[in-house]
Amino acid sequence: MTDATMALGGNDAPPPHGVEIEHLGPAPKRIVTGYGFWIFILSDMVMFSCFFAAFAVLAGQTAGGPHGSELFNLRNVAIETGCLLMSSFVCGMASIAAEERNAFWFQIAMAVTCVLGLAFLAIEFREFADLVARGAGPSRSAFLSAFFTLVGCHGLHVSAGILWLLTMMAQVFAKGFRADIQRRFLCFALFWHALDIIWVAVFSVVYLLGSGA
Amino acid sequence: MSDAHLSDADRHDLHHESDLAPGDEHEVSIRLRVIGYLVGLGLAILLTATSFFVAGTDLVWQPSIPVAIIVLAIAQMGVHLVFFLHITTGADNTNNVLALAFGLLIVILVIGGSLWIMANLNHNMMPMDQIMQMQR
Repeated sequence: MTDATMALGGNDAPPPHGVEIEHLGPAPKRIVTGYGFWIFILSDMVMFSCFFAAFAVLAGQTAGGPHGSELFNLRNVAIETGCLLMSSFVCGMASIAAEERNAFWFQIAMAVTCVLGLAFLAIEFREFADLVARGAGPSRSAFLSAFFTLVGCHGLHVSAGILWLLTMMAQVFAKGFRADIQRRFLCFALFWHALDIIWVAVFSVVYLLGSGA
Repeated sequence: MSDAHLSDADRHDLHHESDLAPGDEHEVSIRLRVIGYLVGLGLAILLTATSFFVAGTDLVWQPSIPVAIIVLAIAQMGVHLVFFLHITTGADNTNNVLALAFGLLIVILVIGGSLWIMANLNHNMMPMDQIMQMQR
């Protein structure tokens, strides 16, 4: 690496007085991978923003069906929020354990993250089943179609995140904290924290604003 | 594979001087990093609890509630970005912040534009039952 950069640097004109030019070479893979995944997460957020826009436009179009204030149980939403927030925090603990290469605490933190994520999904699934059973399924009104699309899409992301989480646990168990495994875990942690950010928007816009209106 | 067998490439991967991967932190002690996450968790719980409280209370002027909930949500997203995703204003984070800024621009255009256009259409369109009558 250094030989190559020196050979490249040797052909350059000498830098102006007092200016130091560093030849670091290409950015390390961890930064390239993390940055690329960051772009993916931002594009995912753009996709969610479309669902949010659709929901905001259709929130009043209940076609004579039930409004959000008659459907939502804010106690459930508070518990879901708590689960996801705590799982995001514990995922942060797993990041610290991964960087310290402590497999024991890594697996414990990931297991707790997984259990909290599953609890979130279970509560959400029960809520959906309850709504459908009460005749407020996605085909009832434009408002409910937008609701199920937005919240269901977030739920699908959480499900995919849990599959990824279990894969990461298995990979760290089988292969240890190799650099490529660390990069994958960096991406997973970004994904999991981003899901929590989207949930903040969901509980604020869909549930809190929806049950007030 | 244990700590001692860390190759040079791995070390270069973890500790680069000029940039930080999104989600990575500067090298500080474990204690400080745990405290960072705890501060983020505390702020997030505080903001969440406030918005759930504001949504169900009669104590504040009612029309201000939606605005308060939106402001609290944006504040909480900021807390998550800073304390959990470690997006900072440092020079090593410029790329991450610029990507975030572009993402935010698109999000604001999509949501704001949709609401604006649809509100305008609703305002200018004849009520549905009148249209139905004209078609008879």
